[in-house]
Amino acid sequence: MKRMTRILVFSAMLIILFSALSSVAAEDRFPRPEFQSEYELPSTTAPSPQDNLFSYIDTAVLIILLILTSYFALKMRTRTGIFICSLFSLIYFGFWKKGCICSIGSIQNIALALFSNTYVIPVFVALFFALPILFSLFFGRVYCAGVCPFGALQDLVAIKPLTLPRWVENTLGIFPALYLGLSVLFAATGSGFIICRFDPFVGLFRFGATFEMFITGGIILLIGVFIARPYCRFICPYGVLLKWASALSRWHVTITPDECIQCKLCENTCPVGAIRAPSPALEVEKREVGVKRLVILFLILPFVMAGTGLFFSTISHVFAQLHPQVQLTAQVLKEDRNITRTTTDASDAFRATGISLDTLLNQTDHILSQFHLGAGLFGLYTGLIIILAIVKTSVLRKRTGYEPDREACVSCGRCFEVCPKEQVRRKKGKEHG
Amino acid sequence: MEKNKMNRREFFKKGLQALFGLAIAGTTGFSLFKTSATETVWQIDPDICIQCGRCAENCVLSPSAVKCVHVYSICGYCDLCSGYLRTDPKELSTGAENRLCPAGAMTRRYVEEPYYEYVIDESLCIGCGKCVKGCSAFGNGSLFLQIRHDRCVNCNECSIARECPANAISRISSRNPYIMKGAKI
Repeated sequence: MKRMTRILVFSAMLIILFSALSSVAAEDRFPRPEFQSEYELPSTTAPSPQDNLFSYIDTAVLIILLILTSYFALKMRTRTGIFICSLFSLIYFGFWKKGCICSIGSIQNIALALFSNTYVIPVFVALFFALPILFSLFFGRVYCAGVCPFGALQDLVAIKPLTLPRWVENTLGIFPALYLGLSVLFAATGSGFIICRFDPFVGLFRFGATFEMFITGGIILLIGVFIARPYCRFICPYGVLLKWASALSRWHVTITPDECIQCKLCENTCPVGAIRAPSPALEVEKREVGVKRLVILFLILPFVMAGTGLFFSTISHVFAQLHPQVQLTAQVLKEDRNITRTTTDASDAFRATGISLDTLLNQTDHILSQFHLGAGLFGLYTGLIIILAIVKTSVLRKRTGYEPDREACVSCGRCFEVCPKEQVRRKKGKEHG
Repeated sequence: MEKNKMNRREFFKKGLQALFGLAIAGTTGFSLFKTSATETVWQIDPDICIQCGRCAENCVLSPSAVKCVHVYSICGYCDLCSGYLRTDPKELSTGAENRLCPAGAMTRRYVEEPYYEYVIDESLCIGCGKCVKGCSAFGNGSLFLQIRHDRCVNCNECSIARECPANAISRISSRNPYIMKGAKI
């Protein structure tokens, strides 16, 4: 009996010893040398990242530029001031800070932070997201005018802007809202930041971009010579949020504080086609007709939303393909079912971790169900956006003079410079001063 | 009648204004629960890294912000270094044809019999991880890849993290911006 226990103890000790030996990391394959000479171990350098202080400086610059641009646009009414702000932001946020982080991209950080349990964002990212929208809620899209480096770059190249037909502008204008929805969907599900991935200008700011980025950036800038600010008007997802805020803004840029003499000069000079003519004296259509159309539109709204929602939730697996883990699962399953013989680095790396296939499948199922819900919500949102775009075209606003459309106007201030009434006002101001 | 209509429109606008303001404030406020006072930076976990070589190609910088790092306290100071020499060298010499590093960034120096010191010139290193692969396969693993923060521009979406097949790159606190091996020793 005694002997039995002794053997047991001995074998247990052997097992412990062996398990300890096998867990010895690769770090101990070769013993560390004991030097005879006076050799000192060199230390490994670890250059530290940029100090947190700089992000406070960035936030301060953002706030100062927002205040200055608002002041120049609404109070001083000077295009020069706005232009200087935008140039400064192009140099500072663009070429100096290399474009990261920007308010446009921050949408995704916010979305991921809201939906992920582990992702945290620094405070300044939240500020970069919220402050321009806050300013837009009070002063209109001043961020686009003087603070956004993308806007500044495109404003510089807008040499010969043409006027687009309104229907083209309205139709293409739906795209940014959809892009916003998509980028939130992909960020929230952890598939990636598509705004950053398809960012056309950041390569320019870094003086080094992939070939595709150079091509897309170049094309957008080329188009921007004739169609001013193409990114802002037809792509920018952050611009959508600013648009909505600006539509409700407390104050907004006016072409002239005096009475409009309807000379049309401002309409011709606006690069983004944001100036609306005064409403015609005669009634275009009977009020009842318009009201009826509006009622019909709101009645079909739930059906359209349900339709698009259903459509996108049924094709949610197409969206899910962008998620790296969904790709990995597809590859692993292909290998297991002998459909393909070539393994990828990702599948090799997954097998090396020793995580079971069931765990992977469970996680992927969870991601797919998230996509199912997310794509459905995106569908509802798409339906809403399309109907609202139609509603917008059928609402008649009463205007006595030429006015900027609060959603489309980026507060660039070009209209001040050509307005004859504004010139008179400035002269008067100088004589009095 | 006319006055009433204006009021309704004003009321509508005020309501939407408040709603939108609240929505933005709510979103930001809620995300503020998940903010950290310190910033985060991208870093490679050397224990997960499979040295596939994508770091050298996919960084927005050229050459990449990823460099090979050497922790000397783990190094065995071998003469026959599997991170320095090819697996099938023509002869055991320091000739370029026998060396693993394609950029010639690794140099070796005689310390004392039989030990050699290996030093990486970061200005030449392209972060391909060839030496790392050799060292982890046959050596102590004292060589590993790290994102160097004097070079990294901290993109919002790191393009090498996106391409990493092993998911080894993630954001970590900028207070401890490196995941060094042998830190406990």
